[in-house]
Amino acid sequence: MRPLDTAYMMDLVPVIAGYVPLTLFMAIVAMIAALVLASMLAIVRVLRVPVLDRVVAVFISFFRGTPLLVQLFLFYFGLPQMVPAMTGINGVTAAIIGLTLHFSAYMAESIRGAILGVDRSQWEAAQSIGMTQGQLLRRIILPQGARTAAPTLMNYFIDMIKSTSLAFTLGVTEMMGAAQKEAAGSFLYLEAFLVVAIFYWIIVEVLSVGQRRLETSLGKAVAR
Amino acid sequence: MSCQIEITGLVKRFGGNTVLDGIDLCLEPGERVAIIGPSGTGKSTLLRCLNFLDRPDRGVIRLGDLSVDAARASRAEVLALRRRTAFVFQNYALFANKTARANIIEGLTTVRGWPQDKARARADDILAQIGLGDRGDSYPAAMSGGQQQRVGIGRAMALDADLMLFDEPTSALDPEWVGEVLDLIRRIADGRQTMLIVTHEMQFAREIADRVVFMEGGRIVEQGPPAQIFGRAQDDRTRAFLRRVG
Ligand SMILES: Nc1ncnc2c1ncn2[C@@H]1O[C@H](COP(=O)(O)OP(=O)(O)O)[C@@H](O)[C@H]1O
Ligand SMILES: [Mg+2]
Repeated sequence: MRPLDTAYMMDLVPVIAGYVPLTLFMAIVAMIAALVLASMLAIVRVLRVPVLDRVVAVFISFFRGTPLLVQLFLFYFGLPQMVPAMTGINGVTAAIIGLTLHFSAYMAESIRGAILGVDRSQWEAAQSIGMTQGQLLRRIILPQGARTAAPTLMNYFIDMIKSTSLAFTLGVTEMMGAAQKEAAGSFLYLEAFLVVAIFYWIIVEVLSVGQRRLETSLGKAVAR
Repeated sequence: MSCQIEITGLVKRFGGNTVLDGIDLCLEPGERVAIIGPSGTGKSTLLRCLNFLDRPDRGVIRLGDLSVDAARASRAEVLALRRRTAFVFQNYALFANKTARANIIEGLTTVRGWPQDKARARADDILAQIGLGDRGDSYPAAMSGGQQQRVGIGRAMALDADLMLFDEPTSALDPEWVGEVLDLIRRIADGRQTMLIVTHEMQFAREIADRVVFMEGGRIVEQGPPAQIFGRAQDDRTRAFLRRVG
């Protein structure tokens, strides 16, 4: 057994750190897009919008039923062969689209569950003062559902951050891609991947602390 | 008799169960009508149909110049009707994600399009009227049942509705809070707000109502001034009910 080359690892820290912003960028953009999309999907399902409801059900089933890696390859390598406009789509964009669609399918289901968990009296009270369907969803139902769904959605965000590492298979040099390149030069695979693992770990731990804070403050807001 | 509000031939079925079996009712401007009757008789359903929380199968609801035919009511007509009828729920049904003040403001800003500052001033005025001037920033979960129901009434007051509907507003309350809520409703009644109130508080109905309607089996059995209904009801069913409730 050889000892870890800790000096090399220390050298890698600033290199990998330089790619943290790209990883966070992909995760945050995809998360925001996925939240919006998932809310719309959930609403279609809750309101049982004719036809669309079936389409959404199939969409959700497909994106939950196939691996993220397969989906990313479909978008990046597959679709451009059919849709010429997508030729030359860059890896970051493809990764963001893939993450968005994949995670929106999961998030839609938890948002749907949270919406269904909102008491019927809340719908009726909103209707009774003359709110439109859109107003009551936006102002009364979704905010309450969001409170219930927040911890789960936060978990998906954490998952999303880890999943951005798959973007390296689309040729994106993000944290994982950078570690891979470094290792390919130095042959110190263990050190390189250990550093990148620790980076992910720290990011996720920081977010977990944020998650716990969020839960406490959400808990307080209703019981003031 | 000049009807400000006119309900004609209202029918509501749940599955094969006819819950409202042709209700006709006319309310004069400022009239306060109490609805009494055994439970399961369609009182709540009647109120809910007037607000389209339950969609009537048949019948016409006219509020002043707004006439809505249940069988072919458009979405816009339903919204218009709801904006002119305010509903007070038995279980308060306050928006759990909003403070007392925000519960009252919501109908003014979101529904009626008032600017925020004007709505806030009106809400503070209502909070003072309902005796909660200092609780505007409290969330429903932190308030007593009596306070919550007063906010529920405040939210309804903010709509300046042609008709206020109260569905057993004190039935879910601990006895200690009933008085303050009845006092508030009494003050609204004194202001000659047109209202329909379903209640089991017979003494209260006798005090504030211009007219008492006795319902049973989805129909209006008998109606008249409180003195008549409580003193010399004509129908056996009315008398039997009043004997039961003491
Ligand atoms: N959403 C519903 N679905 C099916 N039946 C209902 C529904 N709402 C009310 N009912 C039935 O209608 C009848 C009248 O109910 P309700 O109007 O609540 O009576 P009341 O308020 O006089 O006690 C009851 O038999 C009740 O079971
Ligand atoms: Mg009832």
